[in-house]
Amino acid sequence: MSVKLITRQVGDVTVIDAVGRITLGEGSSTFREIVKDLVNKGNKKILLNLAEVSYIDSSGIGELVSGFTSVSNAGGSLKLLKLTKRIQDLLQITKLYTVFEVFDDEAKALASF
Amino acid sequence: MILLDQRLESSLESVDHSEERAVALAQESGFSEEETYRLGYAVREALVNAVVHGNRYSANKVVHFKVIRTSRAIEVVIEDQGSGFSTDMQGDPLAQENLMNQSGRGLALIRAFTDEMQVERTTPGGTRVILRKFLPPQAG
Repeated sequence: MSVKLITRQVGDVTVIDAVGRITLGEGSSTFREIVKDLVNKGNKKILLNLAEVSYIDSSGIGELVSGFTSVSNAGGSLKLLKLTKRIQDLLQITKLYTVFEVFDDEAKALASF
Repeated sequence: MILLDQRLESSLESVDHSEERAVALAQESGFSEEETYRLGYAVREALVNAVVHGNRYSANKVVHFKVIRTSRAIEVVIEDQGSGFSTDMQGDPLAQENLMNQSGRGLALIRAFTDEMQVERTTPGGTRVILRKFLPPQAG
């Protein structure tokens, strides 16, 4: 299964609810295109909800980093919401916990922008 | 004991299928759900390296995929027909200056999710990666 990404607007923050696997190929390119499209439209406050993401491979991790960089370069921020234990582990191993702002609570995440 | 010995096409479909086979064999060998996930993850990363960076999706090149069960471990051997690479040339993906790189984390994750990893150059050209994950005590 690939990833399904559903965007919703909460105030000036765009929340992306992701479901499935973010892996090399369709999954990671779908994420890249959505982030690029949002930045091009001027949506620079992005909250990526990973509660329903069961798996991210190294290519998917690379896309998260790339998305973070492109949003930051445009003057915005990309933050992460509700990581599963496995995704927390991946961020620990790759030391990306030091890069991303991560939240468990959506209201707190939205208020942080 | 050889559990699986296959020549795979250099495609992402092969990666998906072979990851599933490795996960099934890990489950049959008595690994916990978490350790099965970790072995499957490492196998997938190594297969993607072989298909994408080694064989570069070439229809003329295959990936040799072998799963062996020894008395103490599951051993997975993945060999491509690419031009090889040096682990030293990759740069440390965990170094502060490399954290924002888009790629280069695969080997670090494989290392984290297995008990042993060997990378060898093969002749005339190619890379062989050997992953080992020790069997849980009751399955040994």
